[in-house]
Order: sequence, then C-alpha cells, then structure tokens
Amino acid sequence: MTITIKQLQKGLAEKQFSSVEITQDYLNKINQQNAEINCFISVTDELALQQAAKADTAIANGKGSALTGIPMAHKDIFCTDGVKTSCGSKMLDNFIAPYNATVIEKFNQSGTVMLGKTNLDEFAMGSSNENSFYGSVGNPWDMSRVPGGSSGGSAAAVAARLAPGATGTDTGGSIRQPAALCGITGIKPTYGRVSRYGIVAFGSSLEQAGPFAHTAEDCALLLQSMSGFDPRDSTSVDQAVSDFSIDLNNDIAGLKIGLPKEFFADGLDADVAKVIESAIVEFSKLGAEIVDISLPNMGLSIPVYYVVAPAECSSNLSRMDGVRFGHRCENPVDLEDLYKRSRSEGFGDEVKRRIMIGTYALSAGYYDAYYLKAQQLRRLIKQDYVKAFEQVDVILCPTTPEVAFKRGEKTDDPINMYLQDIYTLSLNLAGLPGMSIPAGFSQAMPVGLQLIGNYFEESRILNAAHKFQQVTDWHLQAPEVK
Amino acid sequence: MTLTTEEVRNIAHLARLQINDADVEQYTYELSKILDVFEQMKTHDTTNILPMAHPMDAVQRLRPDVVNETNQREKFQAIAPDVEQHLYRVPKVIE
Repeated sequence: MTITIKQLQKGLAEKQFSSVEITQDYLNKINQQNAEINCFISVTDELALQQAAKADTAIANGKGSALTGIPMAHKDIFCTDGVKTSCGSKMLDNFIAPYNATVIEKFNQSGTVMLGKTNLDEFAMGSSNENSFYGSVGNPWDMSRVPGGSSGGSAAAVAARLAPGATGTDTGGSIRQPAALCGITGIKPTYGRVSRYGIVAFGSSLEQAGPFAHTAEDCALLLQSMSGFDPRDSTSVDQAVSDFSIDLNNDIAGLKIGLPKEFFADGLDADVAKVIESAIVEFSKLGAEIVDISLPNMGLSIPVYYVVAPAECSSNLSRMDGVRFGHRCENPVDLEDLYKRSRSEGFGDEVKRRIMIGTYALSAGYYDAYYLKAQQLRRLIKQDYVKAFEQVDVILCPTTPEVAFKRGEKTDDPINMYLQDIYTLSLNLAGLPGMSIPAGFSQAMPVGLQLIGNYFEESRILNAAHKFQQVTDWHLQAPEVK
Repeated sequence: MTLTTEEVRNIAHLARLQINDADVEQYTYELSKILDVFEQMKTHDTTNILPMAHPMDAVQRLRPDVVNETNQREKFQAIAPDVEQHLYRVPKVIE
C-alpha cells in the first residue's frame, strides 16, 4: 500500500497517529527488509525516535510546520553531524561528519525525522548502485535487477515503502534514473536551486540535490524545504523560490509539450516507447498540445559528460589524500606512498577509472582537445534547449532507454553502463530541471517518463506531473512485499 | 588502443593512484575505450564558441574577508588519521 507524505501530514495533524508511532513503524519495516534490499548503509533508530518525539511535542504545541514529524531517508552523500557519512566508499567508512549539509539543516528545521542514510554508488559514480563499498542494492520490484544509481538506495527505500520520501543527488541522472527504474517520482531542480554545501562533491558544475517520493505533490513539498540561496555554497543561485505547491492543480490545457525526436530514436526499447506513447495520449486528453521538436546536439552528451564529470571528479577527489580525514594506509614509507596507497585502497574501480580519465583530460597537452572542447560543445547542448523552450513549455521523453536491467549484466562494460543515462545527462550539462514519474510497466518493471522544464520552472513540470497523476495510478502501484 | 600501458602508469602517478602491474592492461583497455568515445567530439566545429563552465554563466561570488565561522579544531581533528599537538602528522618530507 502507498502512503504519501500528504496523507501522513493529515494523520499527524488530526492526531490519528504520532510521529513516534509512524517512525517506529518505518524502522520496524527497515529492520525486516533491509538485509535483503540493502538500501540503507546506516539506520539511525535512536536519533529518529528522538527527532520524532520532538516533532510530536512541536505538533502538540501547535508549532509544527508542513513536514514536522515526517520520516525520511537521506542519501549517504549528505554530511550529517555526528553520523557516519560514507558516500558508499571505503575511503570514508570511518568518516563521522563534523557538520550538517545545508539540506540536512533545512530538513531539521522543518522537523523531519531521519530514519537513516541510504546506499549509493561510490561517490555517486554509477547507474546501478553496484559500485558501493557496502554491496549492491536490490530493486524492490525484482531483486535480481538493479535499482539504478547513483541514488539507488534512496529510490529502493521509497519503492519498498521503507520511507515515504528520501533525498538524492543528480549529477547525470542519479535521481531521475533510479526513480524511473523503481517506479517512483523524483525531481532534479535547476542547477543552483538547492545548496550543495555539505554534499560530498563529485561534479561541481553538474550536481544538484532533489527529493524522491510517491507523488509530484510530495516532491513539491520536499523540494520546497530543500531549496533556497545559501551563501555557504558559491554555486548557489540567488533566485527567489516560489511556492512549488501553489500551481500543482493548474489546468494544463494548452500547455505546449515538446517531443524531441532524438530521444525517441534507435536505442529506445520498443515496449518502453509504447508506454511513453500511451502517456503522451493522456497528456493530450488533459488538453496539452504535443509538438515535435529537435535537439540536434544531444548525441554529444555522452562524450561531453564523460569529459566534464571525470575532470571535475579528479579535482574534487584530490582532497581524499589520507591526511586530514578518511582512510589512511598502514605504515606509509613517505608522503607519496601515503597518498598513493591510501587512495588506491580507499577507492573502488569506477572511481579510479574516472579519476584517471579526468586527470588525463586536464593534463598538459590534452586540455584543449578534451576539456575545452567539451565545454564548448556543452554550450551547443544548452543552446539546443534554449531554442526548444522558445517553442514549448515542457519537454517530454523517456527517462531511460530500457527498464531495470539484471544485477551484474553491465558491470564489465563501463561504456554500456554510461549509455543508461543517455536521456538524462544533457539536463545536467545545461543545468535544467527535470523529473521522472511512473508511466506504466514493461516486463512487469516500472517505466519512467521524464519531464524537462525551463530554468527555474520546477513548478511547471510539477504541475504537469501532478495532473498526470490525478488521472493515472501508476505512481500508486507497489511491489509485493515478501 | 589510444593509450599505452606506460601512459596509464603515468596518469595513475599524476592522480596519485597505485595501480598493480596485473591491472595495468585492464585499465589501459578500459580507459582507451572511453577515450575512443571522446573522438566523437572532433566531428563538431567549435570555432568561436565560448566554453561553458557554469550553466548560468555565473561568476565567482566574493564576500568581505571577515571571520564568520568559529574554530572547531578539536571536532575536525577528532576524525583525522594521525594528529599530534593539533598538527596533522604525515611521514617525514624533508630529510
């Protein structure tokens, strides 16, 4: 059964149950199911019950706000004061964060309850959650399949009903792809909308944090709480945050929805395409005007992304040197040995590959051919979107080319794994907001539909998603509990 | 193969990573395959296109140089691998 945050909010306000009761209930379910799904790295039982008791007092005193007492799971990439923040890596297995990320601070102020920290691909690098030091995560719809990544633990936790909402980060699709593969709703806001302070950095010019939940309505509530300018994050954009919930019920008659032909071409699974086509029919019935568009440079997103992201990763991860925090090797003979062995022992294969690619792309003699060229092409990708949004209000496409694949199926082929993000990467390169919503099933696995909005127009895609969810019930389907 | 094993060893050194001899071939193969994908970029002419470093083309925001955080040395050093007298200890650098 699906219980939304909106329903929990109502139950708490009407005193049908307390936050301690629902928190305990979620913790019990986590304790029963986490051994199999492996979606949590840490379960913070004690802290959760303390926060829930505090929330109950606030609600009793009439001091609760929209999210007070709502349990949530946080991706283990957000620094949480006094709680292990591993980022899925052996490197940070012993890292107890000494401060809170702004996102965590904001949720604490809202009075939400943290159930625990969720599994992820190491340093958010991956599309299957198979790159975690803490083991891979199962897809609640079929445990032999992946939940997607990198925020696979958060998506699996929400899909398995072990949390009504969760946080994720999205550098190339890491919220939208797992949301699609797990049959839930997830949104990546405009670059700069949510503070990156206290998020373990991977691709600084690409990544944004956002929420997972069952509905667009819940995502609007969670995103509201996360958003806003933060002077502590130099990439935060000083732009007013509107009320994301206010436009949810707006009529979408006349809304111009663009279908980019490049995202419906070769490589898209035929069954997935059918599901998306049925969803397009629903949008037409709601009065939306469907327009064919073209984003001619999208084919470049894979090479451009895999230059830019590893380049930023190699620079960001240089701080993991075994000196001030994190893993240090035994008995280093000199400083170079300390750096090299600490890093080699601490990082997994995919992280090492990306650090090396990034190092190469930034090295003397290659910078112009790779990094500079990629940054120029990145502008062409952005310009495609800018032109498209002169014609349409929202862009619609599949979130992924296929449904969740089998665990182990693509681990030996990094390039094939990268292709999973073919429809999501370009948004991060351009900095645009996008979300994935459940649109149907193929092979008994969920199919995700991606809605892309113009800069700072999260409200518009949330509105379209909400209207779609009012006339469909894909988002309410739940996997069977064993 | 775009890269040689020698180049991969050098990249690993620049990245301060130690790669076992047994793994060098595999990394050379995988990294070369990734670099092959990058070749697609060459087909596009980018003359006179301004490189894009930030989606909003924002520039670095500056702030007044005043103290705005308190010193939390004890807290930060509590998670350090090796500390002595408030200093981070590393192997001897200068003989």
